[in-house]
Amino acid sequence: MAEVTVNPSAATAPVMEEVSGPWRDAWRAFRKNKTALAGLVIIVFFIFIALIAPLIAPFDYKEQQLMDRLKPPSSTHWFGTDDLGRDLFTRVLYGARISLWVGFFSVIGSIVAGTALGIIAGYFGKWADMIISRLFDILLAFPSILLAIAIVAILGPSLQNALYAIAIVNIPTYGRLVRAKVLSLKNEEYITSAKAIGMKNMRILLSHILPNSLTPIIVQGTLGIAHAIIEAAALGFLGLGAQPPEPEWGKMLSDSRQFIQKAPWTVVFPGVSIMLTVLGFNLLGDGLRDVLDPRMKN
Amino acid sequence: MGKPILEIKDLRTHFFTDRGEIPAVDGVDLYLNPGEVLGVVGESGCGKSVTSLSVLRLVPSPPGKIVSGSILFKGKDIVPLREWEMRKIRGNSISMIFQEPMTSLNPLFTVGQQITETVRLHRGVSRKEARSITLDMLKKVGIARAESIIDEYPHQLSGGMRQRVMIAMSIACSPEVLIADEPTTALDVTIQAQILELIRRLNEERGMAVMMITHDLGVVAEMCHRVAVMYAGKVVEEGSVHDIFKNPLHPYTQGLIQSVPRMNETRERLYSIPGNVPILSKNMQGCRFAARCPHMMQRCLEALPNLKEQEAGHSSRCWLHETPQEDAV
Repeated sequence: MAEVTVNPSAATAPVMEEVSGPWRDAWRAFRKNKTALAGLVIIVFFIFIALIAPLIAPFDYKEQQLMDRLKPPSSTHWFGTDDLGRDLFTRVLYGARISLWVGFFSVIGSIVAGTALGIIAGYFGKWADMIISRLFDILLAFPSILLAIAIVAILGPSLQNALYAIAIVNIPTYGRLVRAKVLSLKNEEYITSAKAIGMKNMRILLSHILPNSLTPIIVQGTLGIAHAIIEAAALGFLGLGAQPPEPEWGKMLSDSRQFIQKAPWTVVFPGVSIMLTVLGFNLLGDGLRDVLDPRMKN
Repeated sequence: MGKPILEIKDLRTHFFTDRGEIPAVDGVDLYLNPGEVLGVVGESGCGKSVTSLSVLRLVPSPPGKIVSGSILFKGKDIVPLREWEMRKIRGNSISMIFQEPMTSLNPLFTVGQQITETVRLHRGVSRKEARSITLDMLKKVGIARAESIIDEYPHQLSGGMRQRVMIAMSIACSPEVLIADEPTTALDVTIQAQILELIRRLNEERGMAVMMITHDLGVVAEMCHRVAVMYAGKVVEEGSVHDIFKNPLHPYTQGLIQSVPRMNETRERLYSIPGNVPILSKNMQGCRFAARCPHMMQRCLEALPNLKEQEAGHSSRCWLHETPQEDAV
C-alpha cells in the first residue's frame, strides 16, 4: 500500500511503469523479439566494421601485389587475394562502407521523396493524387533493375549515379505506402478534431499525419535497405555502379567470376558479406513490423 | 433574449455520390441564443451531424458541399469565408467535440502536448503559459490528477477521461459556441451523467452556448433549453423542452417520445415507429415522414408542409396543424 495512492481518477488508469509512450512500448516489445535482435546485431557489426575499416585493414584496398595473385586464404591474407593480388579481407571491409552507404542514402532519398509525394497525393487528393499516382504507376511499369540501368545509362556509370538510380526507382514503393496510410488516417477523428480546433493543413500534415504514418515507413525502409544493397551489387556486377578500383561487393563478384573454380574465395567472401548484411536488414525489418504493426500484436 | 449568436438559415448540404446527389441537410433553419443549450435530435442519418459539421465547414469535400443557405455567427455569414478566416473561428469562437473519445486524440502525443498546441495556436502565448492554461483547463473539466495526466498518452486514459480531455481542449480558448456531437454515446451511463453535468456547468459558468447533437431524448430532457427535431434532412419540430415533451405536435416527435421506455408504465412491447428512414434523394415529394406516419393524408404525399409556428416559440412542419384555407398551393 506504500505507493498506491487512492484517487478516484487514478483508478481508471492501469498500473504503468514510470515511463511509457508509443516508442518506449515498441522498444520493450522489440527486446523480446530474438530474431530482430539478431538482425540488429548483424547490422551493428557491419556498421562498426565500416567505420573502423581504415584502422583494422592490413593493406590498402588499391594496393596490387602482382606476385601474390589469387592466393588462397592464409595468415597474411585472411580472405586470400584477387586476380590483381589485392587483399580481399581489406576489400571486403571497405566494401561494407560502400554497400551500407548506398543502402542508407538511397533509401533515405526514396523515403523523403516518396513520403512527400505520398502525403500530398493522399491528403489533398483530387488532381494532385491523379498526377502523382500516375507518375508512380509509370515508374512501377518498368522492372526496377531495368529502370535503374536506364537511369545510370543516362547519368553515366558511377557509384553516386547508381545510388541516385536506386533511390528514384524505389520512390513509388514508399509513395504508395504513405498515400494508403494517409488515406486511412485522413478519416480518423483526431484529424477532424484537429481541423475543428482551427489547425492549418500544413500543421496537421506535419504533426498528425506524418508521425502516424512513420511506422510502416520505418519497416519498409529497413527492408528497403536490403533491397537497395542488392540492387547496388547488381549494378556493380553489370559494371554500371562502382568503378574500379572501388571495392564494391557486387563489382568484386563480377570481377572474380571467371576464377570461381580456380579461386572460389574471391567470390565467397564478398557474396557472404552481401548475404549477411541483407539478412540482417531483413530480420530487423520483419522484427520491426511485428513490433510496430498493431495488427500483429496478440 | 436578444439576437441569436448562431443562426442557420435554409442550409443545404448535399453529397455528390455515384448514386446521385444526396441532400443530407435539406433546408435546415436553426438558431442558438447566447447561453442557451439547444438539443438537435433525430435518428441516425437525419442530417444532424452533417448540420453540425457544416457550421464549422468541416463536411468532407468531396463528396460533401454546402450548396446554399447561410450560417450567421454573431450576425456575420460564415459560409462564404475563406479557409484561413474560417480557421480563426474554429476552436476559438466555435468549438466542437465528437462522439468517439477513443479516436479523437492523436495516439502519439501526450494529452498536454495536444491541448497546449491548441492554446498556442489561437492565443500566441509562450510554451510555459500554454502549459499552465492547459493544467487549468484539465482541472476545470474535473480531472483530479491533472499534473500527471498532462504527461500521459491517450491510450493510458479511460473513455470518460479522454472525453474530458477533449472538452478541455475544445474550451481552452473560451469559445462562445460549443457543438457537441453525441458527446456521451460511446460512454457508459455513469460517465455519461458526469460528462453531461460538466457540459451543463460550463454552459452555466461561462455562458457558453451549446448545440447538443443527440439521439437520446433522456439527454435532451436533462440538458437542453430548446429542442429541434430533425427528420430526413429537415427540422420537423422546434420548441422549448417543455413543449416538446408535454405537447409534441409532429407525429414523428410523438413517435419518438412514445418509443422511450418509461419506468412507471407497464406496456407489453416498447413502441417503435414503423418503417425506416427514407433514402434521401433530390426529387422527393411531399412530407418526408408520410410513409411512416399514422395520420397520413392525401396532401402529405403531394406537398411538403412548412415549418410553422403553432404557439409561441413552438413550431411544427405538419399538415395536421394547418387549416385548409391557410394553404393556397
